[in-house]
Parts: sequence; structure tokens; C-alpha cells
Amino acid sequence: MKAIEQLGRNTIDRIVGVGEAAQLLARTLFLLPSWRGVGLFIDQMFRVGVLSLLIIVVSGLFIGLVLGLQGYTILVDYGSEQALGTMVALTLVRELGPVVTALLFAGRAGSALTAEIGLMKATEQLASMEMIGVDPLRRVIAPRLWAGIVSMPMLALIFSSVGILGGKFVGVDWLGVYDGSFWGNMQNNVQFLNDIVNGVIKSVVFGVVCTWIAVYQGYACMPTSAGISTATTRTVVYSSLAVLGLDFVLTAVMFGGLS
Amino acid sequence: MRARTTELSVGLLVIFAAAALFFLAMKVSGLTQTVSGEGYLLKAHFQNVGGLTTRAKVTMSGVTIGRVTNIYLDPKRLDAVVEMQINKDVNEINSDAAASILTAGLLGEKYIGITLGAEDTFLKNGDEIELTQSSLVLEDLIGKFLFNKATEPTAAAPATDANSGGF
Amino acid sequence: MTEVARTDQAKPLIDVKDLVFYRGSRVIYDGVNLQIRRGQITGIMGPSGTGKTTLLRLIGGQLLPDSGDVLFDGRSVPHMSRRELFQARSRMGMLFQSGALFTDMSVYENVAFPLRAHTKLPENLIRELVALKLEAVGLRGAEQLKPSELSGGMNRRVALARAIALDPELIMYDEPFAGQDPIVMGVLARLIRTLRDALGLTTIIVSHDVDETLSIADYVYVIADGKVMGEGTPSELRAHPSAFVQQFLNGDAEGPVAFQYSQTPYYTPNGGGAT
Repeated sequence: MKAIEQLGRNTIDRIVGVGEAAQLLARTLFLLPSWRGVGLFIDQMFRVGVLSLLIIVVSGLFIGLVLGLQGYTILVDYGSEQALGTMVALTLVRELGPVVTALLFAGRAGSALTAEIGLMKATEQLASMEMIGVDPLRRVIAPRLWAGIVSMPMLALIFSSVGILGGKFVGVDWLGVYDGSFWGNMQNNVQFLNDIVNGVIKSVVFGVVCTWIAVYQGYACMPTSAGISTATTRTVVYSSLAVLGLDFVLTAVMFGGLS
Repeated sequence: MRARTTELSVGLLVIFAAAALFFLAMKVSGLTQTVSGEGYLLKAHFQNVGGLTTRAKVTMSGVTIGRVTNIYLDPKRLDAVVEMQINKDVNEINSDAAASILTAGLLGEKYIGITLGAEDTFLKNGDEIELTQSSLVLEDLIGKFLFNKATEPTAAAPATDANSGGF
Repeated sequence: MTEVARTDQAKPLIDVKDLVFYRGSRVIYDGVNLQIRRGQITGIMGPSGTGKTTLLRLIGGQLLPDSGDVLFDGRSVPHMSRRELFQARSRMGMLFQSGALFTDMSVYENVAFPLRAHTKLPENLIRELVALKLEAVGLRGAEQLKPSELSGGMNRRVALARAIALDPELIMYDEPFAGQDPIVMGVLARLIRTLRDALGLTTIIVSHDVDETLSIADYVYVIADGKVMGEGTPSELRAHPSAFVQQFLNGDAEGPVAFQYSQTPYYTPNGGGAT
């Protein structure tokens, strides 16, 4: 009986949390930027976007290489290795690009955001900012939120491109797939509107969700070191689950009806 | 505190991302090659479209002049109807032109090749290409080959018998 | 620096009337009345965890009372519009327990922060003002350091410089003496008194350090269990009849606040001990 009570209370707490998070998102997104805000935004673009570049490029490269290798091994049995280009490109642009970028982002940038904001809360920086009369939502939260939303699609595009180049390197330069059919088949089967733009839309959605979770967890955490640690873990877990779940929904909507 | 390097690196990130987008658009999805949306519709009936898909290219003399936009079953004639969109600059396809479903390479994908006819009238939006050649299905080819091989030796046998009969 | 005309000097700057505040289901304040008089140093003391910081937040408008009112210079804080609250906050300075300096900014940026938020002063004037405030706390020359490079005491002093950046009428100290060595405590106490003497700053000190607080305060409130247990000048308080106040001031282990956690005795002489 106690266990069910506890479960009920936990669930209600979580739902209340989602409500608070939604409130936070609504209040922050509609804050109008100021001139000073642009500078803060660029600072955050650096911390969130540029500093994630290394892990994104390296991961993209390796995933592209593996895709090329595995794809070749599988396709060569059916004599269809010219389809390698198509396979690598579609896999990356439609799925792996947005999803893996989001997961890596949640782990690196998301957890950093949560920890930073949580620490500011624990050391009363947010409260003192408010006492001075400056809204921490506008000054601290909003620039970080926008930086995440804007940098995620950019990182996903870079991931996909680097991956495709990696796949080309393995397929064409190493395993001998004909260069012309690698690119030619790819170009015939990858559509800009359907595949690439949909991929970008996915990564924008993921950007909103991951950054929102990261920022909220930091803002609402218990202002203790244990609280910050819990919040950081939650950011990574919730973001990952949300990304994977949303990916299924988006894929079904975007690509499910394809003839 | 916004150092020069911060702004610089963010700018580089944006450029990098734009380059990636450009690369994906041009090299990966062949954006420039797609028909610019302006064109006219032609139809053709085929007995067997085996393997032809929408968005397959339509060529004339090897040059891509359009794309297949739709494939469906004709409920009355019970054969396949292929709709294709042709570039509007290519407007001199005779009314007795032929459309064949060809294969790119030995085991490659299917596409439509159009060969010109001799008539003076040209096809317009919504017209149908009358002469069609269906897709070559691999099993039929092999079947034909085996059948030919099977009928050959029996024709040659009586000739040798007749020759050896003279000894 | 204020545009609002000063009201009657005899009226208290802060007037808390019948304040009731809950956190969740816990009662933090249950009908508290207190006044902060202008130009005086008022101490608010009580056991840890009674929500003394909460009181400062209520005065500053960060929290809203469940019932009762908090008046700042005659105007009700919970009912202020955003603009009014923004203005009121420029007249208050607050020194948080941990200093709460913004870690991603230098000392200079921290002290300049309120100036940039509330005024449109040109950069050279801001530089002068920052130098002035840092000089007042004895840290001129530390402008380019980052908070992580400062010691605890220096941290607090920079936070103090930031709190007085806009020349407020009211300054609130949240546990200024907690966890500091005697030298730093002495320095802070002297600064608090100097600022009051030189600028006529109305001061609130929230603390549970009895000796330091009683040595500099003009008037003290002792709060526990959501109520005011006793009030008066330091000498009045030392002679206060309330047993609780006496236990608190003298640091006795036994008194109204029991030492044992459990209410039932561990062992009774006639056998049958209970836990």
C-alpha cells in the first residue's frame, strides 16, 4: 500500500514538474531580446555549439566509416554495392544525424547547462540577480535556450555531412565502390525536401526538447550538491528518452506514408 | 566578456554548418538536377512496369528530360499507367514516339527512355505515348533463353542423321 | 538616487504586519509583526532553519505572503507592479550568505551589474563608481580578479560593494558572520557600522551569532516557531523574561528547546524502560 502511495506521489510530482517546465518554456521563449541579449546569446552559442563541435565531428566521422563498412559487407552479398551511397546518406540524413547529435548534445552540452544553472541557483546567484532587479529568465535562461535550439540543427547537418564523407572514404577509396555510382545513386534517391529538410526539422524539435529539459532541470533543482548531481543525471536520461521517443513519432509522420 | 575569438568561432560554426547544408543539398540530394517544377504531363500504358518507381528519370538520347510522377493500375484496361513530368523546353516529342522501360547497367534501376518518331504533330500536356515497350523481367529473359536453347539441337539432329545415312 | 520623495522620517522603513507564510504545509511565519526603523541597525535572530532568509525575500518581493502585508516606505510590496518593484529594488541592497557573486564575471563586472541594470551611465562614470565602492570595502585594485580567485572574506566584501552600488536606503545582510574567522567578522562588523554611520543606511542583519549581532545592533527581534519571541534593544533583550530568549542568548543546551530528540525517556528507574 505504501509503495503505491509513493508511486502515486512520485507520478504527481513529475506531472507537476512537467507543468512547471512548460511554464518556464513559455515565459522564456516569449521574452523579447535586447541588444545586450545578442551578446549573451553569442556567448552561449560558443559554449553550447562550438565546444560541442569536436565530439560531433569525431562521432560523425566514425559512424560514417562504420556505416560504409557494414553497409558494404551487407550489400555486396546481393551485388548491390552501388547502393552504398544511398544507404549511408539516407541513414544519416533521416535518422542518425538528428538523433545521435541530440544524444551527444544532451550528454555534453545539456548536462553542462544543467550543472551551471543548478550551481548558480545553489550559490544564490539567481536570487541575487532577481533582488537587483534583473530577471534571471531573460539574462541567464533565455540566451542558453535559444543557443541550444539554434545550434542543434547546425550540428546535425555537420554530423551528417562528415558521416557521408566518411562513408565515401571507406566505400570508394578503400573498398572500391565506383565513385560515380556512389554519388549518382545517392543523388537519385535522396530528396532535398523530403529527407534533408525533414532531418533538419527533427533536429530543431530535438534542440528545443533537449535544451528545455537541461535548462529546466538546472532551474528547478534542489540547491545542494546532491540536488545538482541528480538534476544533471535527469537531464541526460530524460533528454535521451524524449529524443528516441519523439524520433519514432516524427519518423512515422514524415516517412511512414512513403510509397 | 566577449572576446574576439568567441565571436569568430561562432561565426565559423555557422559557416561550417552552411557549408554542410550546401554540400547536402548539392552533392547528396542533387538539388540542381531536379526538374524545376515547370513541365507538362505525359502518360503511357505498359503491360509490365516491373521495378520502375516514381521519381525514376525519363530520358531521351540518354539525357534526362523529366521524372516519373505516378504509377497506378488502369481499372478499365487492366494495365499499368505511368505518368511523367517532362521539362517544358522539351516540347517536340512526336505523337508516334516510343517509351521503353530500360535498365541502367546490368542490375541497376529502371528508367524510361523515349525514342522519337516521325510524325509532325507533337505531344502536349495530358497526351499519351502510344508505343510502349514493357520492362524486361529477368525470369522471362531466362525462360526465353532456356526455351531457345532447348529448341535448337532438335533442328540440327535430322541433318546429321541424313548425312551419316549415306555411308 | 531616488526619485520618490522621502516620507515621514519617523515612520519605519519596513513595516511587517501580521505576516503569515507557508512553505508547502509548513508554517514559516504565523502572524509576525516587526518594524525596521530608518537609520538603525536591526538584528533578526533565531535558531537555524526558522526561515530568516525567507523574511528578507518577502521584504524584497521575491516571495508573496499568504496573508498579512509587508510595507516598504509605506507602500505594500506584494501589491507593487513590476515597474514599482524594479524601482523599489534599486533602493534595497542585499548581501547573501554565500556572497552570490556572478561567477562568470570579474569583480568589476559584478559591482557594475546593478549600475548597468538601473542606470544609463556612461562607462567612465561607472568605472569611477565601481572604484568608489571597492575603496569603501577596502578592495580597490581587485577589479580584474574573478570570484574564484578571491578568499571567502574578500568575496563577501565585493558582494557588499555590489549591494551598495546604487546607494540604497536599505541594506539587508543574510548571515554575514556565518563561518568566518574572527578577523573577517571584525572587519565586516566594522564595515556595517561605518556604512550606517556615514550613509545613514537602514540595516537589517539576519544572524544567529549572538555576540557580534548584539554588539552592533540598535534593536533586535528574536524569532522562533514562526513568531516573535522577544524584541528590544540589546540590553533590554539580555534582561528579557522569556525563557526561550534566555536560552538562545546564552546558548544553553537545555531550556524550551529540548536537547533530546525523542520525547519519551530512555530509562525509568522502576524498570520497563522505553525507547
